[in-house]
Amino acid sequence: MKPYLTYLSKRLLQFAVVVFVGINIAYVVTHSTPINPVEQTISAATAYGSTSPEAIEMMRRSLSELYGLEGSPWQQYLSFWQRVLVGDFGPSLSAFPTPVSELILRALPWTVGLLLVSTLLTWFLGNLLGGLAGYYRENRVLRAFGVVTAGLHPVPYYVVAFVMLLAFGYLWPILPISGGASMAADRTDVVGFALDVVIHSILPVLSLMAAGIGGWFMGMRSLVSNIVTEDYVTYAELAGVRRGKILRHYVMRNAIGPQVTGLALQLGAIFNGAIITEQVFGYPGIGSLLISAVHAGDYSLVLGITTISILGVSTMVLLIDLLYPLIDPRVEAA
Amino acid sequence: MNTLKVLRDLFYYNKEFATGLLLVLIVVAVAASSFFSPYPPLDVYVVPPDLPPSWQHPFGTTSRGQDVFWQLTFAIRNTLLFGIVVAVISRVISLCVGLVSGYRGGWVDRVLMSLNDTFVVIPLFPILVLFYFIMRDQMTWGLLALIVALLGWAYDARLIRSIAMSLRTREFTRQAVFSGMGTGRIVWQEHLPFVLPIVFSTTLNNINWSIGIEVTLSVLGFTDINTPTIGGMIYWANQHTALVSGIWWWVAFPIALVVLLFIGLFLLAISMNEYIDPRSRLSRLGGQA
Repeated sequence: MKPYLTYLSKRLLQFAVVVFVGINIAYVVTHSTPINPVEQTISAATAYGSTSPEAIEMMRRSLSELYGLEGSPWQQYLSFWQRVLVGDFGPSLSAFPTPVSELILRALPWTVGLLLVSTLLTWFLGNLLGGLAGYYRENRVLRAFGVVTAGLHPVPYYVVAFVMLLAFGYLWPILPISGGASMAADRTDVVGFALDVVIHSILPVLSLMAAGIGGWFMGMRSLVSNIVTEDYVTYAELAGVRRGKILRHYVMRNAIGPQVTGLALQLGAIFNGAIITEQVFGYPGIGSLLISAVHAGDYSLVLGITTISILGVSTMVLLIDLLYPLIDPRVEAA
Repeated sequence: MNTLKVLRDLFYYNKEFATGLLLVLIVVAVAASSFFSPYPPLDVYVVPPDLPPSWQHPFGTTSRGQDVFWQLTFAIRNTLLFGIVVAVISRVISLCVGLVSGYRGGWVDRVLMSLNDTFVVIPLFPILVLFYFIMRDQMTWGLLALIVALLGWAYDARLIRSIAMSLRTREFTRQAVFSGMGTGRIVWQEHLPFVLPIVFSTTLNNINWSIGIEVTLSVLGFTDINTPTIGGMIYWANQHTALVSGIWWWVAFPIALVVLLFIGLFLLAISMNEYIDPRSRLSRLGGQA
């Protein structure tokens, strides 16, 4: 048990560092602007029609408080942390007076669902096919698949999603291209609503998979083709162990470790991709919320989403790290 | 001379390298032709708007009265330059971190790698959006390049560190230490040449990555939209609802060109990698025999 505790404390420490650095970046970014955000918002708000000087003074005060620009730099820094830890980012400016946290909570299930399904499917399929391709090197179908995914791999999420949108929105319109569910969906009909949600998620999930599967496929293929040359695999083959069993228990089992680590490392990038995909398909998650918040000039919402993203992604990474010893017991010894 | 010979051999014997080089050269040629453009990049209504591709305007014209082909030459030049600038700055950071961390080991290594893993994990996109939100009109092309570079060095620093770690135990390093060389000189003079090939191949991937970010941000309008870039072109096309009104050439050609660039750079990177890592070269020979 002791080695696991050491491992656990190391991972927790790393988690703390990630959150600390991430929140500090957010703080530095929001406080490094040469523009005074308070004055900018006031000038935007008072551009049409005249406002009394008292009203402007009041606005100025409440905005400085909202932007956390009151007091000494040290006090500002502390109150920034306080807001992050409590999860209170104040009311949203564009959807006043709904609190930011409520808007985020409403969008979060969509993003988490989309990410979870697409990431697990991509990771599983990519590794399975990659493992097969590394083991059965002569298979034509797997080779062709390798060429296709290698071509798709360097293309960023946005372009893949956009091309999917064109293909299924304009050229061959068979799937819904926008939204998380139909407008007129009957939410009391659980099965029908679930089906509706699934149909709406097909294109976003497919584009996330298309952009992501190549990396796992190629990584697993090269890992497996290195392991295949190891002595113990040759020995198992000579001893007449069935090929399927060799692949599952001798080869894949050893190659899966680095791929789990890879999943933890890629999570930030996968999250970025989900945000962009949501925007393209008008999916009602965190990404669409973030982009509409920028267009609406909603400072507290943008800051809230950024910090929640940092916290969320680093928590997911921590979870994967903590599950890792189940897959590869050797880490505990290290 | 030796490098040239290697490149020539790669070109003749490695299909991926030859294809990648060809694709990148096409894109560079398009970018270079921007210097011969008959129209200044930012002028609008210099040609009749909304013309489909024809001999006179090979890629058609936009709703803003710009020739798509010549606009594209400026856009791809800026986009390419962006990728290169980001790659160079972030390479410097990842080389410094990776070499020092790998050579020194101990607590220096632990601190640097902890920082490194942090930058790998943190979701970049919300931070960049937050940055744009704060800077607004002050967000210039150069500033964005600097920020992306400051956030994008971590993957490769770890790779460089692992090579530097294996170099540390080699005999020539010990000899250098005994003859009184300091950390800086050992890392710079003795270790740098060993990591340069792998740095070169990761540079190509890094260019791809940063261009992807730039395209995404500017498509959403979160960059300086007055500098023509590939993402900026798609942004303006979306603003004019080009696809709904059937002006597909305004969107299709920028996307096609940037996808060519992505695939070209990627093919170059993997073929370089294969050349650097003799194990995969051997397995390739074995696979063919």
